[in-house]
Amino acid sequence: MSGPIHIQPGETFTLNVGPQHPATHGVLRVKMEMDGEYIVKAETVLGYIHRMHELMGENRTYPQVLPNLSRLDYLGALGYTHGHVLAVERAAGIEVPERAEYIRAITVELNRVASHLFWFGAFVMDLGGFTPLMYAIEDREYILDMLEAVTGSRLTYCYYRFGGLYNDIDDEFIDRARAFIPRMRKSLKKYDALVTGNIIFRKRLEGIGPISAEMCRKYGATGPVARGAGINFDVRKNEPYSVYPEFDFDVPVYDECDSLARYKVRMDEMEQSLRIIEQGLDKLPDGPIMPKKKPKLIKPPAGDYYQAVETARGSFGIRIVSDGTKNAYRFKLRSPTYSNMSLFDEACEGMMIMDALAMMGSLDLVIPEIDR
Amino acid sequence: MGAYFSEIFRGLQSLATGLGITFKEFFKPVVTVPYPYETIKMSDRFRGHIELVENEEGKPKCVACGMCQRACPSGCISLASKSVEYEVEVKGEMKTKKKKVLTKYNLNFTTCSLCGQCVESCNFGAITFSKEYNLASSRKEDFHFDLLNRLKERNS
Repeated sequence: MSGPIHIQPGETFTLNVGPQHPATHGVLRVKMEMDGEYIVKAETVLGYIHRMHELMGENRTYPQVLPNLSRLDYLGALGYTHGHVLAVERAAGIEVPERAEYIRAITVELNRVASHLFWFGAFVMDLGGFTPLMYAIEDREYILDMLEAVTGSRLTYCYYRFGGLYNDIDDEFIDRARAFIPRMRKSLKKYDALVTGNIIFRKRLEGIGPISAEMCRKYGATGPVARGAGINFDVRKNEPYSVYPEFDFDVPVYDECDSLARYKVRMDEMEQSLRIIEQGLDKLPDGPIMPKKKPKLIKPPAGDYYQAVETARGSFGIRIVSDGTKNAYRFKLRSPTYSNMSLFDEACEGMMIMDALAMMGSLDLVIPEIDR
Repeated sequence: MGAYFSEIFRGLQSLATGLGITFKEFFKPVVTVPYPYETIKMSDRFRGHIELVENEEGKPKCVACGMCQRACPSGCISLASKSVEYEVEVKGEMKTKKKKVLTKYNLNFTTCSLCGQCVESCNFGAITFSKEYNLASSRKEDFHFDLLNRLKERNS
């Protein structure tokens, strides 16, 4: 045993955050070159849970890939499966009944609220406040129970099918969803008073962790990260898909570029999601949930197809290159967290380590989705 | 100087607001369940591992067509069958016909992702989801289910 290590002035040392570290929320490793408490250089190292989802998409038939997509992001899985079914429907030219599209929009938005709620709890826990996580999980549990009663699973849903849904929603779900909206609005007010106004919380986030619009464009960051930097981009508005053009909702944008702006964007997004759910339940048409005519074997004509959707973390794109067989020739997933995480290296240079970890929390990283 | 003190005052006020909210939560009803002593009833559509459905005679409805096996993304279903001759009365005449009878239906639950495509692909309604979720074991073999045996045990 040697004594304590003395670092000479001007000398740097390497610090490994992860791969097993509570702040990274998964198996992400960050190699940091530190000068005291300040970060000189950081490098994110990926690949610890790479599962080759893209290759699996090329080796399996189209319906067989369905369960894979929900394994990308375990917090907002429905958004990803929505992108996949929309892409294959576009490729194979399958018509979707209106009721199915409405139910998809409602469930995706519910899932987005659940995802943001968990992020909210985990983010505040990163900063040292444990209690809000418990409140957030209580509300999230309500959504998960509701979705479980319809989809059959709690996190890794496999609910959407090409052309429609696995099964229809019932009156119980509609009643529960309607009861959830006022409850959640009340909770959002509670979170606002408990967390957003808290002096310690504000002091740790205000003006800290700057991610400029320019940097977002450079790395292709989307979602709340870009909207917190003043970029008004939301796939639901800019490239409307599904039944989103029929809903009236706003895209929250903040210009402050700091961690607090990203926090505020997500809190406002929950309110907007509630508005979409409310309108979706009001407008929900009757009818079938699967099309009458559906090809038994899905074989899209040869071509190149792309579909982007707005998930809880940003713009998720899926590219399918078909050669006319029952397997895809190329199956490319563009995941939002990968781009959002890439800017961490540049953004955290010169920051103090605790501020950098707070900023990492505000990026809302879900590692299985980076290492897909 | 004034701004300094007003910030301290507002900061303390925000902390007091937060404490007020957490204090109110003390008097709210408990939302959790003491799990091993109390369990929650699963919803009707809960997807556990698959289970064979029996017909009126207590035999499996399955006709061993193998659609579920083909639909499964991870290849966790394996089944075997044999053909059996049986006699039916068609227009007053006795005729012998062949049909397939299930002899083995194994599910390797370790690779199952509960996507439900086997249940969806079945044209005879012969498989369904069980409501079982209390599955925990340190041995892999405990998740290799012999569904035909499970059906027999259920009937006996």
